[in-house]
This record gives sequence, structure tokens and C-alpha cells, in this order.
Amino acid sequence: MRIQFNLIVGGFLTALVILAGLFAPWLSHLDPVLDADLMNAELPPDWTFWFGTDAQGRDIYTRVLYGARISLTVGIVSQLINTVIGLALGISAGYFGGWWDDLVNGLTNVMLAIPSLIFAIAIIAILGPGLPSLLIALGLTNWSWTCRIARSSTLSLKGLGYVQAAKTLGYGNIRIMITQLLPNMMGPILVIGTLGMGGAVLSEAALSFLGLGIRPPFPSWGSMLTDARELIVIAPWAAIFPGLAIFLSVLGFNLLGDGLRDMLDPHMRIRRA
Amino acid sequence: MLRFIIRRILQAIPTVIAVALLIFVIFSVVPGSFTSSLIADGRSGSDPMLVERLNKEFGLDKSLPERFTAYVYDLARFDLGTSFRTREPVTDVIGARLWPSLKLAMAAMVFAVAFGVPLGFLAALKPGSILDTVTMIGAVSGLSLPQFWLGLLLMYLFALQLGWLPSFGYGDGGLRYLILPAITLGLTPLALLARTTRAGVLEVMNADFIRTAYSKGMSSGRVVRWHVTRNALVLIVTTIGLQFGSLMGQAVVIEKLFSWPGLGSLLVDSVALRDIPVVQGSILVIVLWFLLINTIVDVVYAAIDPRIKQD
Repeated sequence: MRIQFNLIVGGFLTALVILAGLFAPWLSHLDPVLDADLMNAELPPDWTFWFGTDAQGRDIYTRVLYGARISLTVGIVSQLINTVIGLALGISAGYFGGWWDDLVNGLTNVMLAIPSLIFAIAIIAILGPGLPSLLIALGLTNWSWTCRIARSSTLSLKGLGYVQAAKTLGYGNIRIMITQLLPNMMGPILVIGTLGMGGAVLSEAALSFLGLGIRPPFPSWGSMLTDARELIVIAPWAAIFPGLAIFLSVLGFNLLGDGLRDMLDPHMRIRRA
Repeated sequence: MLRFIIRRILQAIPTVIAVALLIFVIFSVVPGSFTSSLIADGRSGSDPMLVERLNKEFGLDKSLPERFTAYVYDLARFDLGTSFRTREPVTDVIGARLWPSLKLAMAAMVFAVAFGVPLGFLAALKPGSILDTVTMIGAVSGLSLPQFWLGLLLMYLFALQLGWLPSFGYGDGGLRYLILPAITLGLTPLALLARTTRAGVLEVMNADFIRTAYSKGMSSGRVVRWHVTRNALVLIVTTIGLQFGSLMGQAVVIEKLFSWPGLGSLLVDSVALRDIPVVQGSILVIVLWFLLINTIVDVVYAAIDPRIKQD
């Protein structure tokens, strides 16, 4: 019952955000950056401007729709980079062992010792703000858990008969890792990846809020909140809607991740019941 | 016990060295990052004379191995270099920010523990009850909430509309200024603590020794006090410790939002000013803090759980 609740609500929210980003031009005829009109500045929500307007007279509803594109791009791309890095390091470390395993383990421990937001800020301090640095900064700093899980799954899988059989058949190391080991750890990796996407969306919003991510005038939910902070007394709606958008999309990813974990891990389900 | 503590501290040293090395690599080996980024803010253009003078002043004209040796030597004497902007020693700049940051983190953690642990406990004692459902929905929402947005809304409501509390700043360092930032920062650890406490207590409740305790006629109050609390405590203490450490990451955004003069706002301001020595120093101090807390957690962990062998 609860498992289905998590999956359904999480899937619904995630789908909503993806559709909003994909169909933004059809859902609003305005431009998120160019359609600024100072005559319409700081208008409260009404039938023309559903979420009100900001200090430059831009429609907040339109900007929230286009903001979904930035959040999703950052969330999905950075998490894909993390997953690939984590899988490559984790599987190879568990498979080969020896000095390579020690090195990967050491690196993972160092990564876990630095809060990932701080690490991302360090990378952005060098590369400067913007979408590419954001993808690099968030894509390189959050792979440690994926790596750990991939490593421990590999350790428990590599002694099993079917992997030994593949070896006897003369499969190469890379082929064994990709065709024999990888498919058998996809469950937990998928869960970590989904939860990580929520985390990346939050980090993007926080970094853009600090002026280190997407810079104005482009409509990132985080940078919209920076603008909204200045006029919160006059136009509180400018703060409410972008924040709500962040909250609902992160909640979507988190519920989806929780739901997937409960579905894929029967042990957890028994404990719950 | 003392030997365990000493060994645990010695174990953290390689990580500290690796982190210091990583920070040096990020900020120094990337070509031209130091001086060019200092000048790249457009105010001074790229005057070759200026580049040379600055390089000399900060010792950047030396070779990488020489610079690394100097960096390590300075670190060993707790010297973090000189600020590009104010020409003050970085240790002084950071030192002035440590107490406000520590105060905020501790207040946030007290708030999170005071509400998160009892909520998780009560939820676990009656799984499936209304309190349990509400707590768990609240917890997953709390984990998904952008903290700085919550802070902004709290600021709007309690400072700007109701006028009960100051909206931002450190003021005279009094409690009134601490309340809003601490609640904002404490919400995520609160949600996480409620979740882990509930999971920990539920796990212990199903264990064999609890059934044994009941079957030998122990009252449920005593079972909870004597067995459940002690065993769930290990998980709770670990979560508290880890959250305390990662709070420093989250604090960056909250300190900036509330103009709180801590380490986090120093870091963000220094990134904007391209004051690399201060950026390097604050990151190193934040990581050291994180490692220190982890070490303390491990020691506490061993002290409350005799099953963890100390050798």
C-alpha cells in the first residue's frame, strides 16, 4: 500500500516536471527572458499572470516552466556522470582488487570527507559560474556511494558460478564486467541515482541562489529566488512559486527513489509489514 | 580506550593529507588559475607588470614542487597564507568566523535532536498510527525542501510581517538573531533524525532479545527504556555526528541568506572576490571539522556499544 503510494506520487510529480520542461513553449506563449515589461512589474497573480510578475515585469509562470529545463538538465546529466564514474571505479576496484582497489577506496574516503556542496563550490571557484561548470562540479562530486555499492556488489558476485563460467568461456575482463556484473547491480544503482537527482536539483538551486550557478537573466529556480529575496515584502509570490517548484520536483525524485527501493528490496518490505 | 582514541586520530591523518593535496591540486595545477583568476575580474585588465608583481608577492613565480613544499611547510605551522584582498593572514580571517559558525551549527543540531529523536521514537512505538504517517510524510517533505526557501519564507513571516524576530544579521550575537537561521538549518537534520530513529527503533523492536525480554515478563516500559533505547542509540548518535559535519555544507547557503558572519558566507564571498587563499583555507577548515566530528562519533560509538571491539 505504502510502496505504491510512494511510486505513484513520486512518478506523478516527476512526470509533471518533465512535461512542464518539455512543453514549456506550448504551455505559455511568452518568452522567459525577453518578454519583460516594466509597466507590468510586480503584479500579483491574476488571470493573465497566473503566478504574478517579477521586478522586470516578466511572467513568473513562464519562467518557472522554463526553469524546469535547467533543473532537469542539471539533475539528470550530472547524475549520469556520477553514476558512470561510480560504476567504472567501483566495479573495476572490486573486480581487479590489489593496489587499484586500495587507490579507489582511498579516493572514495577523501570524497566522503568533503561535503559535496563545498567541493562543487571549489570547482566553480576555478571554472567560473555557468551551466557547463555546474554540470562538471555536480557531476564529479557525488559518486562515492555509487562506487561503494558497485564495489561491494562486485565482490559478492565475482565468486559466483556464472561469472566463473563466463571466465572459462574466455570472456574478456571488460565484457564480464559489462555483461555479467553490471546488470545484476542495477537495482540499488537505480535507487541511488534517482535520489541523487533530487539532491542535484537541490544543489543547483542552492548554487544558483548563491550566484555560483546559472546567472540571470536565465530562469533557474534558484536565481529567481535570489531576485525574489530583494522584493519579498512587495512581491512575496515571486518567492513562493519557484521555491514550490524546487520542492515538488525534489519530492518527486525522493519519493520515486524510496518507492523503487521498497519495490526492489523485499527485505525492507517484510520489515515494514 | 585511550589507545583506541589515539589510533582513531592517527587513522584520520592520511585523509587530512590527501584532502590538503587535493585542494592544492585543484587550485594550483589548473593552468594560470591563481593570478589570472585574480585579475580576471576585469578591473585591471591583463597588465603583464601587475601579473609579475602579484606572482612575486604571493610566491607564484616559483616552480610547482617548490610551491607545494612551501604549502605543506606552512600548513604544518598552521599558516594558511595571506588573503589576496585584505593582505591579512588567512588564519585570522577564518578565526574570526569560527565561533558564529559553530554557534549556528550547534543551535541547529540542538533543535533537530530535540524534535527529531522524540518524533521518530513515538512514530516507531506505534507503526501505522496517524502520528507515524504524519511524521514520515513530514520527514520526506523536510528532506525535499530547499532550506534557503524555507528560510526566506520564515524571514518573511516572522521578521517582516509579524516583526517578532530580526530578519537577518548577527546583531549583538544574542539569541534573537540565532533563532531563524538555526531553525532553517536544523530542519533537514530533524527530518533525517526522525527517519533514522524510527528505522532504528523498529529494527530493534523486532529483534529476538526483545521478544525474550517480553517473554520473561519484563514490562514494556522497561523493555523500551532498558533494551530499545540503548540499542537504537548507536544509530542515532551516528546520524547526529554525520549530520553535524555535513551541516557545514548546508550552512553556506543559510549563512548567506541571513547575512550570518560565519565560515560559509566567508567562503562564498571569497569565491566571488576570487580570493583563492581564503577559499582554500575555509574549505580545508570545513573538511577538518567534518573529519574531527567523524572521529568523535567513532569514539562515542565505541563507548556506548561494547560490541564494537576496541582493538
